[in-house]
Amino acid sequence: MDFIFDLFSGANIRWVLFGSLLLGCASGIIGSFVLLKKQSLISDAMAHAALPGVCIVYIIFEIKSVPMLLIGATITSLIATQSIQTIIKHSKIKSDAAIGIIISVFFGFGIVLLTFIQQNSSGNQAGLDSFIFGQAASLVRSDIQLITVGSLLLVILTTLFFKEFKISIFDPLFAKGIGLPVTFFNGVLLALVVGVVVIGIQMVGVVLIAALLITPPLAARYWTERLGMMAILAGVFGAISGASGAVLSTMIANLPTGPMMVLSASLIFLLSLLFGSKKGIALKAVRHL
Amino acid sequence: MTYTLWIILTGCLVGLTCGVTGSLLVLRKMSMLADAISHTVLLGIVGAFFVSHSLNGLPMLIGAGIVGILTAFFVESLHSSGVQSDAAIGVVFTSLFALGVVLISFIGDQVHLDTKHALMGEIAFVPWDILEINGVSYGPIAVWMLGIVFIISIILIWIFYKQIKISTFDPQFAKLIGVPVVFIHYLLMTMVSLSTVAAFDSVGAILVVAMLIVPGATAYLLTDRFFILLCLSGVIGILSAIVGYTLAVYWNVSIAGAMACAAGIFFLFAFLFSPSNGLVVRKIKNLRYS
Repeated sequence: MDFIFDLFSGANIRWVLFGSLLLGCASGIIGSFVLLKKQSLISDAMAHAALPGVCIVYIIFEIKSVPMLLIGATITSLIATQSIQTIIKHSKIKSDAAIGIIISVFFGFGIVLLTFIQQNSSGNQAGLDSFIFGQAASLVRSDIQLITVGSLLLVILTTLFFKEFKISIFDPLFAKGIGLPVTFFNGVLLALVVGVVVIGIQMVGVVLIAALLITPPLAARYWTERLGMMAILAGVFGAISGASGAVLSTMIANLPTGPMMVLSASLIFLLSLLFGSKKGIALKAVRHL
Repeated sequence: MTYTLWIILTGCLVGLTCGVTGSLLVLRKMSMLADAISHTVLLGIVGAFFVSHSLNGLPMLIGAGIVGILTAFFVESLHSSGVQSDAAIGVVFTSLFALGVVLISFIGDQVHLDTKHALMGEIAFVPWDILEINGVSYGPIAVWMLGIVFIISIILIWIFYKQIKISTFDPQFAKLIGVPVVFIHYLLMTMVSLSTVAAFDSVGAILVVAMLIVPGATAYLLTDRFFILLCLSGVIGILSAIVGYTLAVYWNVSIAGAMACAAGIFFLFAFLFSPSNGLVVRKIKNLRYS
């Protein structure tokens, strides 16, 4: 008990816990829409493409100001999404290959820049590595405040536009008919996804942040058929996996934060897959009997 | 042979092996499954280490092969139970990859396998890891592994050439005339896993994706003939490796990353200037007609 008390009394850890909880919640809710739009893997490409953005900003400005780095990440993420659309639209390459090309080339470019920085930079470049897998323990107070406030903002925005998103995803024609600017809301949703990726990369890392968008909503699908309920459940699942991953990785040395969060989410998914009340395997087996 | 030549040879073998196998994946619209497998192979390698306590050769290939097939199997079962395919791929590979990374951080102190190595590979160390039998040196282990996997892949493609071709372009018809479509699917997945694990040491688990998908896609933009596509894809793989290595040495950066970038540059050129499909070429043709 003492141990748990110690854990929650540390101010920094409390912040980490709060931030990761909100981040997981935001990614779960936004991920529900991403899942419905069948863009799960595009979000993975966006995440990988954030790495070169971070590095380019660092090389140009030679400073490690987190907001600046994240602006760079945003720009390259958007370029990546645009490139995927361009490849699909203007050649016979299908979407899966287009996504694969963008993921690997952008990430490869990021790695090149990262090694370039390590060899040529005189200043303190330590910490850029942690963008790959994320490290909650190395976050300072201002980083976590950024994550917390950012996630809160994302959750509020998604809740505000919930109805509009729902209509424009399920029935774009109807949405256009009643005068809803569908393209605009698609843009907003894209911005929200980029927002989660950019805010989350410090804690979860570019390689695995997409999992927080994909797995919780998919787990939620096994419990409900309704979008509203699904988004709420996904938010809760995301929050649980975010918080438990962050706590475990700060408690045990050397354990990377991102993979721990993803493993928690995967565990929730596995349980949902087995025991989910809508499509769970156990339920199907029982019905079969 | 000198140090540099060994590295270039390793890079070329990676490009060739992955290029040929990868072009099939691009045609069959399974690129992201290859991406998934190249991530999860990490778990197979870690698993093989737990069982055999060594990091090279056969156990690694077997472990990677098993996990590769398991990945394909999990994705397939989730998909057939009603999960959309992109999400199925996403959830399976991130879970298994995360598990691999976490396990690595437990054993990281005992071996030279860390997460960075797993991501970027270290082709610069390949020439020092030499196969020695009775005190006679036979060259780097990585070259042997890549060479063997390449020969196996070529033999498999040669034996099943017709079946692969038919099941790629017309799966329904292939099923109808009795081609074992499912067997071909898992055969290809095994080939991908083997290529991935053989290339793992040199270019890392993630950048292998670049070598698998990008040369195949580039070749696909340049030709419509199946056989030429296979050869062209291998050649582009080799060229990417050589150009990438040259650039990496010039700027003193990650070799694997530079190879991925070189492959990307080749793709960009094909995308813009391919005689049959290039964006710029088609624009010019349109102008001429109007």
